[in-house]
Order: sequence, then structure tokens, then C-alpha cells
Amino acid sequence: MAAPVSLQVEFGGGAELLFDGVKKHQVTLPSQPEPWDIRNLLKWIKQNLLKERPELFMQGESVRPGILVLINDADWELMGELDYKLQDQDNVLFISTLHGG
Amino acid sequence: MCEASGRCGGCGEAPVRRRAAPACSRPRPCVKCGDGPAAVVIRIGDAFCRACFREYFVHKFRAMLGKNRVIFPGEKVLLALSGGMASSAMLRQVQEGLSRETAKRLRFVPGLIYIDEGAVCGQSLVQREQTLTRMEALLQETGFPYYLASLEQALELPGSILRRGPGGDSEPSPSYKAAVEGFIQQQRQEEANGDGGTSPAGLGTQDGPAGGSHAHLPAAARTEELLRLFDAAETLTAKEELLQMLRSHLLLHTARTQGYTKVMTGESCTRVAIKLLTNLALGRGAFLAVDTGFVDSRHGDVTVVRPMRDYMAKEIAFYNHFFGVPTVITPPLHAKRREKTSIHRLMENFLLGLQVDFPSTISTVYRTGEKLSVAPAESNGELQRCLLCLCALDIAGEEELALEPTLVKEDTGNGAESRAAFIPLLCYSCRLTFKEMGPPATLPPYVRTEAQRRNCRALMKQQIQEFLLEDDEEEPGGS
Repeated sequence: MAAPVSLQVEFGGGAELLFDGVKKHQVTLPSQPEPWDIRNLLKWIKQNLLKERPELFMQGESVRPGILVLINDADWELMGELDYKLQDQDNVLFISTLHGG
Repeated sequence: MCEASGRCGGCGEAPVRRRAAPACSRPRPCVKCGDGPAAVVIRIGDAFCRACFREYFVHKFRAMLGKNRVIFPGEKVLLALSGGMASSAMLRQVQEGLSRETAKRLRFVPGLIYIDEGAVCGQSLVQREQTLTRMEALLQETGFPYYLASLEQALELPGSILRRGPGGDSEPSPSYKAAVEGFIQQQRQEEANGDGGTSPAGLGTQDGPAGGSHAHLPAAARTEELLRLFDAAETLTAKEELLQMLRSHLLLHTARTQGYTKVMTGESCTRVAIKLLTNLALGRGAFLAVDTGFVDSRHGDVTVVRPMRDYMAKEIAFYNHFFGVPTVITPPLHAKRREKTSIHRLMENFLLGLQVDFPSTISTVYRTGEKLSVAPAESNGELQRCLLCLCALDIAGEEELALEPTLVKEDTGNGAESRAAFIPLLCYSCRLTFKEMGPPATLPPYVRTEAQRRNCRALMKQQIQEFLLEDDEEEPGGS
């Protein structure tokens, strides 16, 4: 059994508008048999944090194209994207690059 | 290295914090310096560390300006800021460029403008005040002269905004090199004379913010008028086009009245690629070069420049995050109902979706767009231009296009104000947008005034046609 994982989940670039305008969320993922990875985290976010219009944040099991993911301030492409196994005290930041600039 | 999950509870060590990469993939060094840990992947597979990324980013901006050589030293340039990521990154690059050591310093004189579009984007008065306050603080910190405008002010523009300004038809007379050399010499002289106390970047703090700088919301009546205009537009596509038109006219007006000859807008590569395909779908294929190119000189006296068009949205987002570039994000124009979308949004979803699986999509569209050049006819000031977008009228063969039946669906009202009166003044795509806008009475006053003026002139020209000497007509009765 994996221990519960404590994370800081942040939203920027307009993505916070889907989460009541709150940019930083301190979350604790409950203990579960499979290890927590980004894929599961996204499912968890969809169920627990996303207040409205999930299709604006997610597409299928990944984030919507145009939303960047940073894990501990590094591009998630360097970390294995959806397969990255979350560690306790990790920081996951979602930045939306859609509509504007 | 107790990464292996499920077994961590067994060993007595504290959980490892902030791992650079999980054991499943090798931690990558930067491809450029081979030294630092990679932080961002640019293009396909190029992993850069923060320091190399910063260098790459800053270099691109200077290369873009240097390669194109349209901004002359000492020129006044207006930076159009939306508070979004790309324009904020652009502002930061200008700040950095101006503060470098003398030899490599950028040499123009910037001014900043922010347009509050909160009314049409569904923001409440309180939200608009908050946004304005934050933006003003941001602008004030730069020390450059700044202007705070609201989209409502577009309703008060003069009809002359739709007329091409003087100049810009011929090539600029001094060569770029000569202009730079002249400027440097002038600066050296000033320093020798003891005037060199203030650097060009310091001008801003002395002038201070110019008129309209305090965060005031416009009168409620104006906001209502603006909302009526937007509500009358039937589709989100027409609303987006209308928004862009009003915004660009307002920018142009500020530039003209405050003496700026250049306007810099922060369209990123991603935005330019989306715009390219969107405009194709909107019927603006003939004007892709001016709409998406680096230089847009349709207005004649004021040139619009797009220095960020080589940066992917991802690069800009990472740069802003790594180096603390402040932004003020506001919600975009949205449809009342979920299903109704615009061609702009559709194209964005299409391109970005494709980009995920084929990472060279956007750069390919962009590079194809780069091959487009402005038609020689575009720079000719004598041509008839579209009332709204100021591009050359492209409806030479209009009888064949069979536009008339589809466009003039109702013809009520007196002749001057009916839709039919506007049609001949518009290019193909503006006609399509116009068809989806409300009745002409809801259009901004300056559009109606200028349309009337042009129609009067056309009528007058028709009446005196037979008395005019045409350049290429032969004199009747030789001898």
C-alpha cells in the first residue's frame, strides 16, 4: 500500500478560473494500492477539485492540449509525463496557454 | 534511492524530497551546455537548463529585431499589453534590452498601453477595477510612460482612423545602418557635452504617465452602448473579429495622437499559426502576410510589429514562470451557450490537438506563413481600401463571386444607413463578418461617419466622371 501523498497543486495562466480562482491547493492524496502517478492525479483532480466544465481542463486521460504541466519546476516531458510517479511534497503546476497573451 | 513505491514504509529514512527525475527515466543534462539539469524541452527533444534557456530566449528577441531592422534608434514604440503571458514577456524583453551595456543596447523609446476589455468579457465593475489597479501597478513599476484605455473609448474615435495615414508608401529614406551610426554619434556628442546624464530608458520616469493614466472606469452609458454593439453580433466569430478591430483601431489612435510610429503586439508563434489558419477560413487569404507577418504597414504612418512571433506559447509560459514575469490574466470573450463556438476557438483546438501528436505542426504552419510576402499592390497608397480592415479591396470580379444575393438579406431603412450602402466599401471577409453584425445603427459612430463620407465621395466622383482626365486615356482628337 502506498502511503498518502501530500502535494502542492498550482494553477496559472488562466487555468485557476476553473478552480474558483484559487491558484494554490495543498492536497493530500489518500493511500491506495497503486502508486500515485500524474494519470491518477488528474482523475482525482477532476473528481475533487474541478468545479465546472471538465472539458476545458482535461481531454481523455490527459490534460487538454495547450495546458502545460510542470513537476517541481521542470517540464513534465522530462519526467515521464503521465507516468511520473508522484513523491511526497512534490509540486505540480498547470499553466494554461490558451486564449491570449 | 528508495524510489520503489510501496517499500518506502519499510526503510527508516526520511522520504526523499524534490527528485529531479524518477528512476524510470534518466535525468537529462542540458543539450547545450551539458552541465545543468534540464528544465524545459524546446522544439522536439531539446532539453535546456534554465540558464541556457534564458540565453536562448533573450537572443531570439534581439535576433528578431536585428534581422528585420524596421525599428530605428530613438523611435517611439508603443507596446500593446494585454496583461497576458506573451505581451508581458515582450515587455520584459524590452526592459532587458534597453538596460544592456551601450554597444548592444536596444535603442528605441517605449511607451505602454493597456486596454481594458472587461465589459465585453463579462467582468463585473469590481473585477474591472481590480484588474486595472493591478495593471497600473505593473505599468508604473516599469518607469515608462503608460496609457490606460478602455474599449469603450473606441466608440469615440474619429472617422479619420479608418483612413490610411501619410507616409509609409515609399521606402524609408535613411538606411538602417546609417541611422544607427548617426544615433550613436549623436549620443557620443551629447555625452561629451555633458548632457549624457539621462539614458533613453530614463525618459519615462521624467515624463511620468500621460493623460488617462488613472484607473477610471468609463461612464455606464458608454459601456451599455458597447455591450449593445457586441450583443447585436450574431456569432462568436463576428464578436471576436469586432473585438480585434476595435482594439487595433484604439491602439492606432493612441499611437497617432501620442506620436508613436510603431506599435509592438505580443502575438506568439502559436497565436500567429492559429491566426493564419483562422483567417484563411474567414476569407482573408489575400491578406495573410499583413495579418500575420512581422511588419504590418496597412495604416501608413503607424507600423505594427510582431516581435514575439517566433516564440512558442510553451517557451513564453516557461520563461515567465522561471523568471518571475508578472501577468494579469483576464477571462477571454466567451459565448453565452457552451455549444456555440467561434472559428478562432475551433482552429485553436484543432492546431493544439494536432501539435500534441505531431510536435512540428505549429512551426510548419508558421514557416509556411513566413514565405508569404506582402503584395506590391498593398503598399500602394492609391488603392481603394476596405472600410474596416484597411486592406486592399479584393473584389474586382465580384459579379462572378455571386455575393450580392447572400449578403443583402434585408434592405430596410433609408439608403444611407442600409446594409447595402456598406457592402461596396468592404473586402470579402469583412462583408461576411458584417453580415453577422447587427443593424448598421448599432455600429460605432466612426464607422458610420466614414462610410457615409466614402459613399458621398464615390457618388460625387460618379457625377463628375466625364469631366475627369484619366491618366491612361488618350487625348480625344489628337493633334
